[in-house]
Amino acid sequence: MSLFDWFANLRKNEPPVQKRQEREIADGLWTKCSVCSAVAYTKDLKNNQFVCLECGHHTRVNSDERIEQLVDKETWQPIGEDIRPTDPLAFSDRKSYSDRLKDYQAKTGLTDAVKTGTGLIEGLPIALGVMDFRFMGGSMGSVVGEKLCRLIETATDQSFPVVIICASGGARMQEGMLSLMQMAKISGALHRHQEHKLLYIPVLTHPTTGGVTASFAMLGDIILAEPKATIGFAGRRVIEQTLREKLPEDFQTSEYLLQHGFVDEIIPRTQLKKILAQLISLHQPISK
Amino acid sequence: MPKTERRNFLLDFEKPLCELEARIQQIRELADENQVDVSEEIAQLEARANVLRQEIFSSLTPAQRLQLARHPRRPSTLDYIQAITEEWIELHGDRGGSDDPALVGGIARLNGKPVVMLGHQKGRDTKDNVARNFGMATPGGYRKALRLMNHANKFGMPIVTFIDTPGAWAGVDAEKLGQGEAIAYNLRQMFSYDVPIITTVIGEGGSGGALGIGVADHLFMFEHSVYTVASPEACAAILWKDAKKSGQAASALKITSRDLKELGLIDRILTEPASGAHSEPLEAAATLKQNLRESIEKLSAMTPEARRKLRYSKFRQMGIFEQGEIS
Repeated sequence: MSLFDWFANLRKNEPPVQKRQEREIADGLWTKCSVCSAVAYTKDLKNNQFVCLECGHHTRVNSDERIEQLVDKETWQPIGEDIRPTDPLAFSDRKSYSDRLKDYQAKTGLTDAVKTGTGLIEGLPIALGVMDFRFMGGSMGSVVGEKLCRLIETATDQSFPVVIICASGGARMQEGMLSLMQMAKISGALHRHQEHKLLYIPVLTHPTTGGVTASFAMLGDIILAEPKATIGFAGRRVIEQTLREKLPEDFQTSEYLLQHGFVDEIIPRTQLKKILAQLISLHQPISK
Repeated sequence: MPKTERRNFLLDFEKPLCELEARIQQIRELADENQVDVSEEIAQLEARANVLRQEIFSSLTPAQRLQLARHPRRPSTLDYIQAITEEWIELHGDRGGSDDPALVGGIARLNGKPVVMLGHQKGRDTKDNVARNFGMATPGGYRKALRLMNHANKFGMPIVTFIDTPGAWAGVDAEKLGQGEAIAYNLRQMFSYDVPIITTVIGEGGSGGALGIGVADHLFMFEHSVYTVASPEACAAILWKDAKKSGQAASALKITSRDLKELGLIDRILTEPASGAHSEPLEAAATLKQNLRESIEKLSAMTPEARRKLRYSKFRQMGIFEQGEIS
């Protein structure tokens, strides 16, 4: 009898109420890799920064988890936590945008798709933005644009390097042209940051596409990517439809971008903090 | 444009007007042949045509405006450049191995002063459109634009750009050559220029491919042009899971010049001739020229520093959100 059968039997014998409780704990206790199907104790997986212990697959990490992985303990100071999305176009497709926002806020506990703040990384100050794919596919609307701009402006004022962990399907259609303009707005803030000769490193994670790729994701002094992330401008399906041909397996992956010169290096998540700290330290102004 | 040719490109909502115009023409010819005075009847019919024109063009739905914006006879970037400038020399190439015919540019003399002009170029007919890739630029196109804008900045020439594209080209080569990087780089670089930048959406403004030459001090839109985050067709397919809902998507996305003016995203709407820019291209060109002249004069009076500041704060305030404790 496998361990799973044992759990299944155990569940069968429980009374209904307790059965549900037992299931919740069990679901959280173990995690199955979506690529190699290996089952890992969630705590072990978390200790390995949600990289599969068997096959090295980088599973999705939420923004809180990512901040915990990168920022030194008790140094995180959030920026713009009280900025919230509205429904400026009174947009409604099959569901109204305001309802969608409420649902995602309830489901994720987030206000919108990015967390921003300052902190230390191995003792070095950074301004960090972390996109969260769980919130409407990490899409970029007014709030993502505003929070990232304030982050970059804070970094410019305080001479901090900026690191943005990208994970986004692109612009948020429900905010129409307001979303598109965030691309320009953030690029403008990055221009000022650059004028002050400050370091900017975007980290491209799965997936980074559309308007995010066509703005801040590609504007790094150094651009890092996680292994096997999907990175591209146009969606794979769109290209397949226009060209009516199957695309190569590795098309629009981190590895493909590295090969074509658009990414500096692919860094496994477990080494990301160390490499970021090393790069930042290499760019510290030489003391007189 | 000859009337017969115009009929070939007739949009549904233009039909009643065109039929009436054809009838007036017919009566006129008949009267001429028979030497009958019908001036009173013609005046009446023409008045009716004017009312009809007014009615049709003042109550266009966003989807109809989209049709107008994509009208095959709508003046293109090169049409406007030829109509408004005294001199024009087209320049080619991104200096990286390509010259994109979907994004054209060069040096012109406008009201006596040299400027750099560039924009997306759609084709006139199917053959031309295939050559121009329907105005969908490749990374090489954006890098050509960048090179020309750098040139303008070096020689102190204002930059005048025209937006008319369904979007940046989505193809294997475009991805391989870094479509995202090419657009992104332009966005940031345009904030650095000392010279005035003026952008006009002349037809269809599609997504990042439009914005890639659209970071301007002054942003104008022709009345019946559109500017959108994603094509209504794509948006309908993604959000409605039904490409046929593109009419609904066109309304919901707020893509018309009036919507975008209300949202504070554009500076000015350029009024079009009564039946759209394609009916009287020269009249539309005159409007454009007048607005560019005023805009360049106004921007040239500012210091480079003030212009860059204006550009930054213009885009910095774009976005609508709430802030503060939840009440």
